[in-house]
Amino acid sequence: MSPPSPGRIPVTKTPKVYVGGAFVRSESARTFKVSDATGAFFANIPQCTRKDLRNAVEAAAKAGPGWARRSPYNRAQILYRLAEMLEARSGELVTSLVRFGAREADAARGMAVGVDRLIHYAGWADKYEQLLGSVNPVASAHFNFTVTEPMGVVGVIAPDSPPLLGLLSMLAPVIASGNTVVALASEKVPYPAILLGEMLATSDLPGGVVNILTGFRRELVPTFATHAHLRAVYAAAGADERKALRLGAAASVKRVRFADWSGKEWFSDSAQGLGPIRDFVELKTTWHPIGS
Amino acid sequence: MPQTPHTAHARLLDEVGSVDQVGVEERVAKFATRSIKKASKVWGLRTAVSMTDLTTLEGKDTPGKIESLCRKALRPHDDPDIPTVAAVCVYPSMVRHAKAHVGGSGVKVASVATAFPSGQTHYRTRLSEVRGAVADGADEVDMVINRGAFLSGEYSRVQDEIAGVVEACGPAALKVILEVSELETFDNIRMASFLAMGVLRPGDFIKTSTGKTALNATLANNQVMIEAIRDFFLDTGIAIGMKPAGGIKTAKQALQFLIAVKETLGDAWLTRRRYRFGASSLLNDLLRQIEKEKTGAYQAPYYFSDAAESY
Amino acid sequence: MPSARKTSSGPRSGLIFGDLWEFDPAPETADPKLKARYDLFIGGRFVRPRSGRTFDSINPANEAKLAEIALAGPADVDAAYRSAADAFKAWAALPGRERGKYLYRIARLLQDRAREFAVAETLDGGKPIRESRDFDVPMAAAHFFYHAGWADKLEYVAPGRIARPLGVVGQVIPWNFPLLMLAWKLAPALAMGNCVVLKPAETTSITALKFAEILQDAELPAGVVNFVTGAGETGAAVMGHPSAAKVAFTGSTEVGKAIMRQLAGTDRKMTMELGGKAANIVFDDAPIDQAVEGIVNGIFFNQGHVCCAGSRLLVHEPVAGQVISKLRNRIRVLRVGDPLDKNTDLGAINSREQLGRIRRLVASGVREGALMYQPPCRLPERGYYFPPTLFTRVTQSHRIAREEIFGPVLSILTFRTVDEAIEKANNTPYGLSAGVWTDKGSRILRMSTELKAGVVWANTFNKFDPSSPFGGYRESGFGREGGRQGLLDYAHLA
Repeated sequence: MSPPSPGRIPVTKTPKVYVGGAFVRSESARTFKVSDATGAFFANIPQCTRKDLRNAVEAAAKAGPGWARRSPYNRAQILYRLAEMLEARSGELVTSLVRFGAREADAARGMAVGVDRLIHYAGWADKYEQLLGSVNPVASAHFNFTVTEPMGVVGVIAPDSPPLLGLLSMLAPVIASGNTVVALASEKVPYPAILLGEMLATSDLPGGVVNILTGFRRELVPTFATHAHLRAVYAAAGADERKALRLGAAASVKRVRFADWSGKEWFSDSAQGLGPIRDFVELKTTWHPIGS
Repeated sequence: MPQTPHTAHARLLDEVGSVDQVGVEERVAKFATRSIKKASKVWGLRTAVSMTDLTTLEGKDTPGKIESLCRKALRPHDDPDIPTVAAVCVYPSMVRHAKAHVGGSGVKVASVATAFPSGQTHYRTRLSEVRGAVADGADEVDMVINRGAFLSGEYSRVQDEIAGVVEACGPAALKVILEVSELETFDNIRMASFLAMGVLRPGDFIKTSTGKTALNATLANNQVMIEAIRDFFLDTGIAIGMKPAGGIKTAKQALQFLIAVKETLGDAWLTRRRYRFGASSLLNDLLRQIEKEKTGAYQAPYYFSDAAESY
Repeated sequence: MPSARKTSSGPRSGLIFGDLWEFDPAPETADPKLKARYDLFIGGRFVRPRSGRTFDSINPANEAKLAEIALAGPADVDAAYRSAADAFKAWAALPGRERGKYLYRIARLLQDRAREFAVAETLDGGKPIRESRDFDVPMAAAHFFYHAGWADKLEYVAPGRIARPLGVVGQVIPWNFPLLMLAWKLAPALAMGNCVVLKPAETTSITALKFAEILQDAELPAGVVNFVTGAGETGAAVMGHPSAAKVAFTGSTEVGKAIMRQLAGTDRKMTMELGGKAANIVFDDAPIDQAVEGIVNGIFFNQGHVCCAGSRLLVHEPVAGQVISKLRNRIRVLRVGDPLDKNTDLGAINSREQLGRIRRLVASGVREGALMYQPPCRLPERGYYFPPTLFTRVTQSHRIAREEIFGPVLSILTFRTVDEAIEKANNTPYGLSAGVWTDKGSRILRMSTELKAGVVWANTFNKFDPSSPFGGYRESGFGREGGRQGLLDYAHLA
């Protein structure tokens, strides 16, 4: 990289959210100011509203059937390709994390873990079915088997710390099984998620499979809770938010799961595995007679 | 489309519809859980007696054995309230002996014909056998279908042959034996039922089996056939009868078959004009159970004439 | 050749389903061995309720009182939870093979007393003795037998994880399959090493309390299973008790949602098995007679008091006339009446309240212009009965096509294309079960993939097995019961 020309005014970026495969502002045209770790102005970030959430759910629902129909092998390849891209561009992501206060070593390690985690889930995409599903030896003259299916549109509410690894750790198992996602990025450190959106846009992940909103949790959590078309919510949330999510979820019998890792735990292998995949699939059992 | 065996099969199956084996078996299992008591039991048992085609089809049959069978048919037991059976069913060579004993009594003489049980001879020979039996006095003819032709998809041939036998029967009623064990699947049984019914006359029958193969009448294949009869009747108004044969040995079984008739075809088939049991040892078990209902005591087999079990 | 299939003109002459051969009454006469009064089962003993209150259990077939049942108040529920908590440590520590032996014992003791339990179930709930004898009781025993074998194999339940019991589990079960739902709930919970506080439904408590006698005979350690009887308030106390590690509920979606709200502030694990409005889809190439049988079994099994009942029939237009006319003939031979008669197909509606609900929804169907058919049948003068009922000319927007009736009432809709069938089938907030009837294998698999339901019956309906996971999508609930998957819902994975 050549040094900037003296006197040149850098071009600043207008961060937009990634919804339905496109970069958009909030429909409300509202933004909130984000400063970097030094307190300097960084950018105005879209302050998404419940209508933005609604639009994102529409986009995710539209993308859902196609994504669910992809072969597991194909989903695995797409997740692996995403990991390749993040690995190549991890410098940019690390820089953004450091700019918002992460220690360089932590940010770098977080990115490495994040990339590895994507690969972990890429590998799961065509394997979990054999562990979660079954052929069931019923007593009658029927062939009976249980398979998994994605739940549909899943809301993901990412933690503030670690903002990017948390988001990646929650997204990956949910989309690996064919769900589509509407995610709310960390309110405190939203920019790395916006960068992630830009990388998703150039990955092979179809538009609408992952939609990333930015904004205020207090504004958006209630809609995550009550939007009936969101079939599940996966949240890193405090006690009050948990209650709000559960209360709202009751009206549509929504599945609610919480990411209970904190701080360093997100970096550990125990923050990944079959569990988070199982949490976002439905089990369907089919019966058929055996005769001639 | 040219009428190849394959298209013929596809067309026939499409026309009559398929049958799910497990579903049929579940349906008939419910008949077996019906509990028939007291007067309704006696009614069922007596009706079963009246529907019996008392049968002997053995190489060692003699005029003497036929005479004994006919006496049993006319007076199954010393209780005069017990009805006569529907018919005696014999080989063609025995028809005139049987006719001599039951003629004019209301008990019919049924003769198996058409190279029973395999049907494996020339068509014209089969026809002439039918004509001979009728000429000897057979009121009813039990024919076997050409299973080889059926299984190779030559449905027109199967049906034309049945039509020829209908004609050869003249006034005699015809019972068409599908030989279900050789058709194997319920789809085939349903298709063959429709092929036969398509050329039968009201009052003719379709029949499960010859009794000469391993698998004979079951509640399940009976069900497939009476559902075919029902559908054919509702569609055409032509009432075809049904005769399960072979394998029905106990009164309990017979009642289950009659429950199937009651709940599938309805009251109009609860008569020997439309439903028969092709059986030999069944009759004595029916009589034993009738006596048991009357006296309250279980009966020994040797109280009943022509009992096979005399131990 | 005359065709059986491609006719739309009605029958030229009908079938006669008359009284030529009328069946004599065939009542099941086994003694159900009922007590006049049932207390709560807490800590391995029958105890008087601290609430001092009781309620009556009524035989819905004749409105006669069967027994007096203790009504558990908050103090009683509390006592049950304490007894379960006291028992938990030792029970969870018991080697799996020993826990399994208790479950095997229970299965065997239930089989020994199957006939008595069947009669009790029929008296208390109104279901035909044929069903309680041939389905409910043997299937309940099968659930214990199946899960007994899991108790010493828990390390195989979740790959890479260690499955541990959760603690004390609170369970509330419905009135449609009282003993069977108890078995579905208890067997996996116990196999995993949990202790249980269970509340049977208010109208059908008796077999649970008789089952407590079996637990005593099996010498199950005191407190491992506790039964508290009562109505909604008792249920809320069981679900809301602070020491419950998990709650499992089977019942209406409405109550399920209320429980979810009640527990919103806690991190309680939950399993919800709620209502349904299943589509039973018949294509023109289906085996029609077996489909008709499946439709009948789907909606008239247990008087339609089945959460997964096939209450919406979607029939392909080319065969609609044929299917409907066959259905009408088929239901003419359904025998409605005394549940204790061995020949009864449809018994009594479970309660006066439920009968009222069915009547209201049926009246709405008539009012909204759907065409009703009920076969001629004589209903007993006393008791709660409702004849088998078909509605044609039903659209997606009729109440009878959307609301769960939980009675012997079938709404019939038609469709023309596969996509239309899928769309109509999925056009409901429920997602418990679905049926599909077709001879085409690839279509079955496509339908099974597209139907949003936890159980898909292809060319069959209303089949259950302890090894087969059961449970819903969407507002029909979450969690599964049965199979390895169901067992996992009672485990803490470490």
